[in-house]
Amino acid sequence: MAQNPIQSTATTRNQRVVVASRRRTDTWARRVFFVITVLPIGLIAVVLIGLLYRSWPILSRYPLVDLLFGVDWKPSEGRFGFYSFIVGTVWVTVVGVGLAIPPCILVAIYLAEYAGARIRLLAKPILDVLAAIPPVVYGVWGLLSVVPLVETVLGPWSQQLLGFWGLFAVQQPTGFSVLAGGIVLAVMITPLIIAVIFEIFNTVPVDLRNASLAIGATRWETIQRVLLPQVMPGIIAAIVLGASRAFGETIAVLMVVGNIAQVPHSLFDAAYPLPALIANNYGEMMSIPLYDAALLCAALILLVIILLFNIFATVVLKRFVK
Amino acid sequence: MSAHIDVTNLNVFYGKQQALTNVSISIPRQQITVIMGPSGCGKTTLLKSFNRFLELTDGTTITGAVHVDGQNIYAGDVDVTAVRKRVGLLAQRPTPLPMSIYDNVCYGMSIHQMRTSKADYTAAVQHYLELAGLWDEVKTRLHEPATSLSIGQQQRLCLARGLAVEPEVILGDEPTSALDPISSQHIEKRMLELKSQYTTVIVTHTLRQAKRLADYVIFMYMGEVVEAGVAREVFSNPQQERTRQYLEGVF
Repeated sequence: MAQNPIQSTATTRNQRVVVASRRRTDTWARRVFFVITVLPIGLIAVVLIGLLYRSWPILSRYPLVDLLFGVDWKPSEGRFGFYSFIVGTVWVTVVGVGLAIPPCILVAIYLAEYAGARIRLLAKPILDVLAAIPPVVYGVWGLLSVVPLVETVLGPWSQQLLGFWGLFAVQQPTGFSVLAGGIVLAVMITPLIIAVIFEIFNTVPVDLRNASLAIGATRWETIQRVLLPQVMPGIIAAIVLGASRAFGETIAVLMVVGNIAQVPHSLFDAAYPLPALIANNYGEMMSIPLYDAALLCAALILLVIILLFNIFATVVLKRFVK
Repeated sequence: MSAHIDVTNLNVFYGKQQALTNVSISIPRQQITVIMGPSGCGKTTLLKSFNRFLELTDGTTITGAVHVDGQNIYAGDVDVTAVRKRVGLLAQRPTPLPMSIYDNVCYGMSIHQMRTSKADYTAAVQHYLELAGLWDEVKTRLHEPATSLSIGQQQRLCLARGLAVEPEVILGDEPTSALDPISSQHIEKRMLELKSQYTTVIVTHTLRQAKRLADYVIFMYMGEVVEAGVAREVFSNPQQERTRQYLEGVF
């Protein structure tokens, strides 16, 4: 090489070409990935703008406060108050997530930290199947089992034991209620939350567990003092994921929640969440003026609630990680 | 020589794979015993049989007995956490718990409820950090996260954390293999200082480290103990052909 300067120069020039071409490919790869990444963000913007445009007739006609905090829902009389639907959505979601969290955390801890390989092997596919059951099947189950359970067992119990407390009083003893919706939701989001929390526990290095066990700590002490502080942000993220899913769940909830446009005051009151409102009515009675705009406004409100919730959760998570 | 750990007829299987075959050995009290041998010979398995760490792996079968101070730690009525309090382990890689330096040292003491007042804990933290040769470096930053320490300091912290629960035996699973030479020296120095108070058992595959530290040597090959004895004698005059070959670097 040294004794042949001509070839050496040629090689250098050739290498320069190769480097330039490699760099070009890299630049293009980066651009393609960028576009694909930005696409979903753009999609949210498009959906938001589209909904805003379609619900503009109603948004421009009534003050926002009246729409968000009005309790009257009489479309044929031109009265559109979304408050009961918003509250109904929040209630059902909070009850569902609230019921789901404690068992989910316990099951995930058991599977990740205590269970032997055999139980783990058995539990994983069962959870996957649970996650794959279509919502309408959960809805039918809710209709046939949960609603009667609430009507004949939980309701009377609650009335007897805690009836003095509004939250647990039974005014509408049909079984179609926030509680029935919450129970169905809880069962639906459980497999998802368990799977995520389980994976988060698995991300903690084995060495860390062993360090604690080597000192003579029990499994539970190790979980409590070493693992839980480590995985807490992940658990919160898992709950947020479950809640986001719960907010939007439509058909299963709609089948058991009663669908009465009222602000629920008790777990046993019927409610009417936003997704149910949209699913039940869109495409019908469209001759009523502004009805179309009102339903799309409901969709807009739902989307904004979910976005705000996710932003809030992200901020909380950031705080926590610090 | 009085034995501190007595292993009789120990057999260990991982699934169907036999890792230890009929191991019977005695570990002398308050000396440094080094277990050596080629990779996969069962050194670490033998070491981890002393603090019942083997059973953390699914599908492990253990037969035989390990007596620590006359008590068979594999007997049915023995509490595993008590065994691990008596027999501490210094892992291959430093594993500071995700908490402050102070809390790392306190961790075991508070789990075993060994102190009653905050002042007692603080005094103990200082004492064990001094024993591990770390105190001067961390005394002004006890409440910083343990992960902010260098790797070598982390390993000494792990040593302090282990000593704090007042074990009789310290196990070291290649405790310097992840460290730089200076940090390794630090750890070796501590081990030599501590050997008068603790029975120390170390797995290593660096022959030179074995020669620097060992009072007593166990040489293993393919899951069996080939030779065991006083370090000076084994190193200068091995009785078994395999030991001689290993010491000469044939494999």
